[in-house]
Order: sequence, then C-alpha cells, then structure tokens
Amino acid sequence: MLTKSEDWKPEYQNLFTRVQVRGPAYPGVPLPAGDVPREGGTRYVHLFGRFGDAQVGPIYLGQLGILSIVFGFIAFEIIGLNMLAQVNWNVWEFIRQLFWLALEPPKAEYGLRIPPLREGGWWLAAGFCLTVSMLLWWARTYRRARQLGMGTHVAWAFAAAIWLYLVLGFIRPILMGSWSEAVPFGIFPHLDWTAAFSIRYGNLFYNPFHALSIVFLYGSVLLFAMHGATILALGRYGGEREIELVLDRGTAAERGGLFWRWCMGFNASFESIHRWAWWFAVLCPLTGGIGILLTGTVVDNWYLWAVDRHFAPAYPQLWAPISDPALVQGAPR
Amino acid sequence: MSLTAKVGLAFAGLLGVLVVLFTFERPPVVSTQNGFRGTAMEQVVNPRLRAVSVAANRVPAAPDAADAEGDKASEVFENVQLLGDLSVAQFGRIMQAMTEWVAPAQGCNYCHNPENMASDEVYTKVVTRRMLSMVRTINTDWTAHVAQTGVTCYTCHRGQPVPAENWSTLVENRAGLAGPTGQNLASDVTAGTSLPRDPFTPYLLGDRNIRVASTGSMPRGNTTDVRETEWSYALMMHMSDSLGVNCTFCHNSRAFASWAQSPAPRLTAWHGIRMVRQINNDYIVPLTPVWAANPRGPADGPRMARLGPGGDALKVNCATCHQGANKPFYGAPMAADYPELARISAAPVTRRAEAQTR
Repeated sequence: MLTKSEDWKPEYQNLFTRVQVRGPAYPGVPLPAGDVPREGGTRYVHLFGRFGDAQVGPIYLGQLGILSIVFGFIAFEIIGLNMLAQVNWNVWEFIRQLFWLALEPPKAEYGLRIPPLREGGWWLAAGFCLTVSMLLWWARTYRRARQLGMGTHVAWAFAAAIWLYLVLGFIRPILMGSWSEAVPFGIFPHLDWTAAFSIRYGNLFYNPFHALSIVFLYGSVLLFAMHGATILALGRYGGEREIELVLDRGTAAERGGLFWRWCMGFNASFESIHRWAWWFAVLCPLTGGIGILLTGTVVDNWYLWAVDRHFAPAYPQLWAPISDPALVQGAPR
Repeated sequence: MSLTAKVGLAFAGLLGVLVVLFTFERPPVVSTQNGFRGTAMEQVVNPRLRAVSVAANRVPAAPDAADAEGDKASEVFENVQLLGDLSVAQFGRIMQAMTEWVAPAQGCNYCHNPENMASDEVYTKVVTRRMLSMVRTINTDWTAHVAQTGVTCYTCHRGQPVPAENWSTLVENRAGLAGPTGQNLASDVTAGTSLPRDPFTPYLLGDRNIRVASTGSMPRGNTTDVRETEWSYALMMHMSDSLGVNCTFCHNSRAFASWAQSPAPRLTAWHGIRMVRQINNDYIVPLTPVWAANPRGPADGPRMARLGPGGDALKVNCATCHQGANKPFYGAPMAADYPELARISAAPVTRRAEAQTR
C-alpha cells in the first residue's frame, strides 16, 4: 500500500525519499529460546517515515534493558530531585534555572570516603546507578548484536564512550585520591568544570591527547559529511546499496571512487570508508580519555610541559613584560 | 504536512526566536587586537552598549574652586577631626560636594543634627568620617592601583547613600536533600555562569590563595582541585564583568598564570585586590556595629538595608567603583578637581569637641 501526499508524483526512490512504503508490520526475526518476547506492538508515524522507518516497535526490552532503564531512571531521579531541592522545590525556578542546577561531587576533604548524602553522597549514588545503567545497556547492545548474528562493532564503539565517562568520573578521581576531582552532573556546571579543569592544569590545548581527540572529533564530522555526501550523490546510480557494491562494483562505486581520486588523489573503498568512520569515532573518546587520565596524575601544567618539551611556540610580546608582584619583598599577600 | 508536524515546526520556530531574542546580544561587535597576531589577544566590545556605559559613567561638573587661604576649618568649627587643615571655604565646598555625591535627596541632615552640626549623634557622620580616612588611604597608599587619578566619594556612591554595587556573605541555609554548595544558580555576580556566587568572602575579605595552576609541569604537591579553581574562576568572572573587559585584558589566555606574558593591567588588578581587602577589613567591617544599631539606615534617610542577610556589612568589590568601566569614569581624573580630599588628616585631630557634644 502506498500513502500519497496530494501532489504525489511518481519519483525515483532515493535514500531520502518522500514516498513511504507500508507493508504489513514486520516484527523481526524469531527470537532464540529463553529471550523474553518483544513488547509494545507496532504502529506507524508518518513523520518518522520521512527520516527513517515509519514503523515504530516492537521493541526488545529484555532483562538487561529493563534493569538498565531502572538504574538509569534512579540516577535521573536522584539528579533531578537534588536539583529541585536546590531551588526549594519551586517548579518554576527549577525550569528557569535548569541549565544552571547541578549535583556536585563531594568536597576534597572526604577523599575517597563516602560522605553524607547531602554533602556529595547523592552524587556517588547517582554516579553508581548511572554507571550500572550504562554498563547494562552496553551488555544489551552486545547481546542483541549477537542474537541477530551481527558483529559487535556498536558495542565496542559504545565502550569507547563509556571509557571516557569512567575516566572522568571514576578512574581519574581514584588515581587522584578524591571524588572531588570528578565532574558535576549539570548542564552549565559541567561546562564550567571543563573550563576550570583546563585553567587548573595549565591549558588543556597543550595536552597532545586532547589535540588527538579533537582531530578525531572533527575528523569524524568531516568523514561523515564526505561519506554521506558521496552516497547521496550516487543515489541516482543505486549508490546507497553500498554493501552490494563492495562485492559487485557497479558504476556508482566506480564514480564515487573516481570522484575522490580525482579530487585528492586517493579514495577509500566502499568497504574501508566504514572502518575509517568507525575508528575515527572510537578514537575520539579513547584518546580524550588518555589525555584526561594523564592530567594531574602525570602532568600538572600542560603549558609548562609543552615549554619543557619545546613545542610551545614563543611569540613576540607587544608590551613591556611585568613580573610577579608577590615575589617583591614585603608585598602584601 | 500533517497537523502534528506543523504544530511541532511552529513550536520549534517560536522557541528559536525566543532564544535568539532573549539570550543573544544584538550586534555590532568590535574586536580590537591587544597582543601578537593569531594569539587571540583581543578585546571584544559592543559599541552600542559601550556608549550606554560611557553615558552612565560621567563625572558631575565640579563646583568653583575654593580659596585655600584663610582661617582653617579646625579653628572656626568644632569637632572637625579629619578636615581641620582645610580653609573654611574649602571645608564648605567639600561638605556641599559630599552632600551631592552621597545624599542629594536628604541634604546635610543625612549626617548632621541641624541644631548642632558638630555633634556626632547621627551615626552616618561617624561612618562618613571613617570613609574619609579610607579615601585618604586609597589615594596615598594605593597609587599602585588608583595611580594619580585617585578616588572621591562619588566614585562609589554616585548620588546614593549606599553604593549600588556591594556584596555581603552568601547565606545558604539549605536543609534536607541537597547541602549548600554556594554555586549552580543563575547569578549576575558570576556573569551568568554557574560558578560560585560569593567568591568575595574568601578572596576580598579573606586572603585565600587565588592562584591555582602549578608553577612546574609535573605534580609537586599542588593540592588545589578543580572545585577550588571554580571559586578563583568566579572571582575572575566578577572582575571581567565589573570592568567590562575580557580575560585577555589582564591575562595571556594561553598561560593564564604566567606573569611574564601578562599585559600590564594585571599588575594594577593585583594591587586592586589587595586594596579591596584592606578597604573591607580596615574600613567597612569595623563599622558593622554602627550599622547593626541602625540596620535600616537613619530615621529620615532612605529606609534600606545597611547589612546583608547574614548581619554582615555591605562590602566592596571591583564593581563598587568600576561599574562596568575598566577605569572608573573611563579614567576621568575627578579627584583632581577636589584638592580638599588630598588634605584629609591621617588621624583624627581632636576628640575634645566630640566629648563635649556627647
């Protein structure tokens, strides 16, 4: 059955098509014995069909999924209720100040001990539940992929993100000996924390792993744009059938490859471009996590470290240099 | 397009318009380079807003100069403790100027008992005397910060009995679920960030170390954590905001801590922080009992809080004088028009008259 908009005309079915094909609902392959049934039935959303598949559901929740959602919900509630408590349970203020509110980690004086709930204990509880939730979700992505007979690339890519999260909130605080080194839960507060982190540790831009992480972040964006543009541009030759074209190279693959070879002398293949993209995306949090892990543990001032290693450039100074007034004898404190 | 899609798009569009209208600053924006090219050393100014600030930071016209010769105020009037060295004409001129600067609506009686001008019975007169000592200290001992420009009463007061920009220690009585953190609420003090809202108590009343970065590249016992850094950062945001300048006015942002690479204004600011500490500790806080006895001001004066919510005095920070300008009044040398302020005595000359009037 075809749903038609009023000015419907037959047109070539490209990737981003306006034509929505609706067959009978497809629940997916049969589940192996022991898996809980899929939930929620099936419905169609026209708007979703414009961006992806119009069919919504059924969803496989399973034990891992349900547990993950429960722990995630507990973390979400702890953070949200703490924020609400900060504005004295005033809902309007909660909405107005939502971006400023936060759940802060314990103060330095508590070290790695468990503080009273209102002094950061809630932060530990929320962090624990969120971590459990994320690890369960990771296991879910791994197991669902296995059950569908897929590779586990999605799970390992997700693991790279979890690595960065654990470095920031768990591994580095333990190495530094204090939960106070961790990031607050909050929109602006975690951004202010990031800026303060860079100020405390002498400018993170001189941290080579931070630089690598940025390379892979922006590189991912660039690769995504290049690949998406190439496939869309090849749509008229069936270029979206990428994997078929890996095996049986047709004119779409030839043209796409030639385009990049002519433009920049080198082209990825229809197969390798997906490895490029995967590695760039995964290396962004992997290198970033290493950079954070080294900060404060191995290097305490990245700018001075760069000076030590002779890679911080010296610029001409346009004004007479001043010296530290605190070093003058008899200076006020 | 379905109705849901239309409503969704309309809502998203409206939200976008609201965000742009209420959270963005309307251009133009002019950036001026103040360091080597390519190092992001620049000052960003919106000329439209700067014009408003310049208009709000004008110095009032000075009255005609007074004759410095003639009888001294101490010889003619009773209980003149700090301004006794002035001529009678000068004394009258500065009294009138101070009235215009501090209590234009209330007049002489804001500080004086009209029946006996020499009496110290109105508490504001006691406060004023202490403030005159403070002006002397600022203009003579703190030239590293105020240079030869100096300050007058008007630098802070701007025609109001209580300077508009002041601070008191943050009171955060938070029972229950979430303990006090002193941060994470929208505040003008921190220029819209979520940083701590009272960086003044530790840094401008206390002398907690502002410096956070290590002086060597390897970890060597600098225990300052990121959270403490946020307090230091909050003070810097206050300074930036109250002076209407960017970080790069005082710092080379590639190495905030490095003095060798910092522009000269950082030195001026460093002395300013110490100056404000002295003002608060030596001049403002000791007057707390006087204000505590009159927590809403004098009987006839504007009835407004003279103490913070915690019962502490309303204190001074950078904004008290600067009010959005990198130099108060954008550097207009107001004090030069009032030679009387340069002749404030170091110590009260006599307490005899005071004893008589009591």
